[in-house]
Amino acid sequence: MKRQTVLFCLSVAAGNLMNTANAADTEDWSSFQVKDRRSGYTYARVETRAIQDDDFDNPGYIWVENGAELWATQDGSKGKSCMDCHDDAAASMRSVGATYPVYLPQSKKLINIENRINQCRTAQMGASAWAWDTEPLLAMTAFIKNQSKGMAVSPQIDGPAAPFFEAGKAFYHQRRGQLDLACLHCHEMNHGRMLRAQRLSQGMSNGFPTYRLKWQTLGSLHRRFRGCNRQVRAIPYAAGADEYVNLELYLAWRARGLPVETPAVRN
Amino acid sequence: MNDQNVNLCGMTRRLMVVRSAALAALLASGIAIGDERIERARAAMKKLIGERAIEDGGITLKTPSIAENGNTVPVSVAVDAPFTADRYVKAIHLFAEENPAPEVASFFFTRASGKASASTRIRLAKTQRVIAIAEFSDGRILRTANEVKVTIGGCGG
Amino acid sequence: MAKPRVKISKKIKKAEPFEVKTLISHKMESGQRKNEETGENFPRKIINTFICKLDGEEVFRVKLYPAVSANPFLSFYVTAEKSGELEFIWIEDDGTETQYKKSFEVPA
Repeated sequence: MKRQTVLFCLSVAAGNLMNTANAADTEDWSSFQVKDRRSGYTYARVETRAIQDDDFDNPGYIWVENGAELWATQDGSKGKSCMDCHDDAAASMRSVGATYPVYLPQSKKLINIENRINQCRTAQMGASAWAWDTEPLLAMTAFIKNQSKGMAVSPQIDGPAAPFFEAGKAFYHQRRGQLDLACLHCHEMNHGRMLRAQRLSQGMSNGFPTYRLKWQTLGSLHRRFRGCNRQVRAIPYAAGADEYVNLELYLAWRARGLPVETPAVRN
Repeated sequence: MNDQNVNLCGMTRRLMVVRSAALAALLASGIAIGDERIERARAAMKKLIGERAIEDGGITLKTPSIAENGNTVPVSVAVDAPFTADRYVKAIHLFAEENPAPEVASFFFTRASGKASASTRIRLAKTQRVIAIAEFSDGRILRTANEVKVTIGGCGG
Repeated sequence: MAKPRVKISKKIKKAEPFEVKTLISHKMESGQRKNEETGENFPRKIINTFICKLDGEEVFRVKLYPAVSANPFLSFYVTAEKSGELEFIWIEDDGTETQYKKSFEVPA
């Protein structure tokens, strides 16, 4: 075993020396848990969950509201707004947050919500693409995904999406970085345990874009991927990269049955 | 390769001594900075209170015992005593004893507030005491303090 | 500054304190954060004052320091004898003001 892996195991073990049985492990989490799959909500502290539970107190709704405004705003050379084609988002976007990313025949690969927004903007609206993790793209993504709030995550992983699902699964299991860790080492093999002073979650994506207390702002799933990759001392991929979109599908499958919580509030 | 008395972590004894000394110095300087900040907080609070007598208690200060993240810590503060036109709480001040600067927020109430209660979210740089000081319209001062643990999570993020 | 959000409690009774909550998007740049590229700190830029007025008269005020988290959330109480209007003002370090008004009803 590599030294880094030894050190990782030691730090998890050290964290767990002080870790007596956690009451949260036996709590009834209702819809936030399906079989042994738990939303990140169930690993958050009670004060954090309280912020998410209130639609006013939850700062993520700033972006949802901004997204609603942008939805109705004309942009680009063709003088269209999203609303002109897609009408009422509550109807037209209803299941997008629960089913994406999906296979797009035109591009012969998966597409996620952010990339779909930009594709619409450039191809249909004659508008410029929004950069990842800038205010408008965060707002529009949060607004669209929020239309599925409460719906069970249910991605399609068979048919043309199958090879991309497999690629995402391979990514999840692939060791990377100087610390030589794969996603599964923390989020599948050690969830519930303490890594230093933080409890490891199962790494579910059902609440993204998420208001992270650490970031003090709403952030995308790919921003989180990049942070995770950096933290194992791996060079991150660019936000929006195919590798991350494929990983998104695998993560959506891991979160199947959990409710869409966008905008979630987490550490 | 054992020609330099290298131990399991790949360190020589000399290197270990140097590193222990550096660690001790780092810890000591951390403690020194902490003391400096507590002194600065004490001075700031003294400046606010002046010569008025302080009563400990009488304020409900709600803070998490362990913060999910030090960047966004929910805090709420309320003075339990009745709020009347003749005797009401003029202000409640929040201090963080070991932040880079001690002042956090000051809430100013009027008779039309009806209730001396306010909530916000604050930044705490490390484990420390959050101190609330309430000023009454008749000059009374109340004070209460809570310790909030702020941790470094996960992989250092 | 971006659009503020305000929520006034729906359960208002004459002469009894009712809750008001506000949230405004703002980075609250503390002046402590270091710019890795230049080696200098990002300059401080925060909302340093919040004022709530009831029918033109100040009812509640907050002095905010850099230790207040980004997207400042404030909740507090107001008491009114009759229906009226609350005005909210957020003031930044450079004097820029954001204003917002919301009326409320006090049942007879």
